[in-house]
Amino acid sequence: MADQADDLRKQVSDAVSRQQSLNIAGGGSKPFYGYAPRPDSLRLDLGTHDGVIDYAPEELMIRVRAGTRLEVINQLLAENDQMLGFEPPDFDGQATIGGAVATGISGPRRPFAGAVRDFVLGVTLITGEAKQLSFGGQVMKNVAGYDVSRLVTGALGTLGVILDVSLKVLPAPRKESTLAFHTDLSETFELFDRARGYATLSGAAWQDGVARLRFSGTEVAVDVAAEAMRNGASTPVEDDFWIQLNNLKWADAPRQLWRISVPRSSPLFLEKLSVLDWGGGLRWVKDPDGNPRDALDGNQGHATLVVSRQVTEVELFHPLTKPVRDMHRKLKSVFDPQGVFNPGRMYGDM
Amino acid sequence: MRMEGQLNLDKHKFLEALGKISGENVISDRSLLTVYEADGLTAKKQLPWLVVLPREVQEVQEIVRLCHQHDVPVVARGAGTGLSGGATPHAEGVLLSLARFNRIVSVDFENELATVEPGVTNLAISDAVREQGFFYAPDPSSQIACTIGGNVAENSGGVHCLKYGLTVHNVVKLKLISPEGELYELGSEAFDSPGYDLLALLHGSEGMLGIVIEVTVKLTRIPDAICVVMAGFTETADAANSVSDIIARGILPAGLEMMDQPAIHAAEAFVSAGYPLSAGALLLCELDGHRSELEQQITDIKAIFENRSATSVEVAFDGDQRDRLWLGRKAAFPAVGRLAPDYYCMDGTIPRRQLATVLAKISELSTEFELKVANVFHAGDGNLHPLILYDANNEGELQRAEAFGARILTLCIDLGGTITGEHGVGIEKIDQMCVQFSSDELSLFHGIKAVFDSTGILNPGKAVPTLSRCAEFGAMHVHASAEEKFPGLERF
Repeated sequence: MADQADDLRKQVSDAVSRQQSLNIAGGGSKPFYGYAPRPDSLRLDLGTHDGVIDYAPEELMIRVRAGTRLEVINQLLAENDQMLGFEPPDFDGQATIGGAVATGISGPRRPFAGAVRDFVLGVTLITGEAKQLSFGGQVMKNVAGYDVSRLVTGALGTLGVILDVSLKVLPAPRKESTLAFHTDLSETFELFDRARGYATLSGAAWQDGVARLRFSGTEVAVDVAAEAMRNGASTPVEDDFWIQLNNLKWADAPRQLWRISVPRSSPLFLEKLSVLDWGGGLRWVKDPDGNPRDALDGNQGHATLVVSRQVTEVELFHPLTKPVRDMHRKLKSVFDPQGVFNPGRMYGDM
Repeated sequence: MRMEGQLNLDKHKFLEALGKISGENVISDRSLLTVYEADGLTAKKQLPWLVVLPREVQEVQEIVRLCHQHDVPVVARGAGTGLSGGATPHAEGVLLSLARFNRIVSVDFENELATVEPGVTNLAISDAVREQGFFYAPDPSSQIACTIGGNVAENSGGVHCLKYGLTVHNVVKLKLISPEGELYELGSEAFDSPGYDLLALLHGSEGMLGIVIEVTVKLTRIPDAICVVMAGFTETADAANSVSDIIARGILPAGLEMMDQPAIHAAEAFVSAGYPLSAGALLLCELDGHRSELEQQITDIKAIFENRSATSVEVAFDGDQRDRLWLGRKAAFPAVGRLAPDYYCMDGTIPRRQLATVLAKISELSTEFELKVANVFHAGDGNLHPLILYDANNEGELQRAEAFGARILTLCIDLGGTITGEHGVGIEKIDQMCVQFSSDELSLFHGIKAVFDSTGILNPGKAVPTLSRCAEFGAMHVHASAEEKFPGLERF
């Protein structure tokens, strides 16, 4: 439980005055994600800036310092029958809330409960001028000023150092049940379609010829849905599938691992699919022959090269349209005029 | 900074060029312009120089491009129902009405999405998909009239946002026009998009960053069963504590609304909803889900209400009965409006635990300013709507109402809340922005604005005050936050 804000601000201030780039690090659980920090970058360690600043279960709100481990937050929330709605991967307990928000990675519950950004209520930031600023707040509804809190969510630390974050939390379900179905992909889509008729659906994934449906909620509502969806091909299962899925345990040393986000009913990437998640909207492809982006054009989705063992010419993050890329570049210079925060971590020139 | 008379503009030539683009869609006749002189913030009236009601996307692009070339302000407007003056016209500018963009472009039930033009009303989206078992979840009280484009600009909420979220949670893609007239898209039909979350940034940006020309929204399935539980309480504190108890019990109601005694009386006199007149506070709690699940939750909630000394409890499953219970709440604003010639609606949001403190303080302020007040409250998410009653014909009363309102907003900030939960800043709360944000934070907002609109033609003078305005207003920003190291260091 330590507030390191003064020290962190001083480190940023020193770096800015020397035009020294910084590599913002929390628990170090996702080093594979995004471009590697520049070799000359100094590590700015957020891992000890931790602790819960405010937690009000009856307000559905928690405010925590960025270095707080997800493990700690999840346990505190569980003690109060609550949870983080976006189910972030915790990578064996290493991941911090700051990293979860900065990377914006949401878990299997995302299509049903919302993404990281949907739960972010406010942030305190150190900007590229070493100023400590607050945006958003601790309340559920807030439309004063531009939504900087959501802008920095998923920006991979390129817009500023997230010191603390206020999040909306959800009541934990009284019951959770998973059904497994041995089935091929075409039947899986039909299965997902039918399952979406139940408000308790909280997970819909497919891997290695097995589709799984997870239902969460009150006991009676979960039982009703599970009973209705059960058929000859299904078995109720109790294992750590969703945790394994979320933490990429299945990926097993890939040369390349692609995360492809598409409209749920998209016909793309089904031949060489490793995992289907988000009820069809998220597709993981391991070691493809070509560049999956060649199959995507216009607004059909986007592909991220999450793991790449070899240095590649391919951009890790999906290219942006020209007007949007210009906006990114300009926003970067507003938040971080000297370009000290995680330069090149997301896109080469930012 | 843009000032009146600064424009070195040949108005005649500009009008001629605009006529070539939009022809009969241009309104310049003074008598016709008065229709547009205010939005829902009727206390602030301003005639626009011109109004244009384009029909085609390309036409909008050309209009905006022309305005950009000549440095003429552009104020986008949907239905003009906004309550904070976000669409108040600019005297030297073009009011760009998007009302004619009122088509539903496509509905994709497979992916549970609908793509609509910005002038489509909020309710029209739900109407178009109801038969297939869907609705569009955010439901601001003006949903019959307000447009989805305006909802995006204000990040509108409604009574159901505790469970279903605000506009930002229910829009997946926007097509926009930049001040240079360029068409671009943000977001996608997938669950996420690459790069910074500009889609979120545009929500609630009050027409300052871009002009929304198409919106793709997420559709929600109509729940199996819906019920409303109404409870009356003698003490406001008991009602407020019941709300916390419900949340603590792990129940997330679809809607959770509260009214104080003046609001109950006004509503009952207006629509005869059957509200208990002896109650000091009334709670309306809407639950949705599987029928058998609701029955369990009702048992829990009734126990909570009894434990908090509720004086009456009524449960309604039947559609007509539910509508009757909602009727008073939904008619609360016009009902209160009958109590006085004018009312001023506030929109502060507070952490719910501060509710009793805030209501007591509002009551003190009511005595101090000698103005009556009725309170309706989105209790589930801490969003207050005090309605200050006044008579604009009595000299100084509007000013007194505004001063009263400003004190309420400052109080909300002091208690860890915000000056606006869902109505937006517009011109109404622009001075209070100086209280909520430091000059560095405001400067960052100006930096963001310049990224999207470098010459400042989009809706000038709204949403974010200039630093000089704050200096004039004389507000000193002091963060209540214990994490803030140098509270109040910035003083001007």
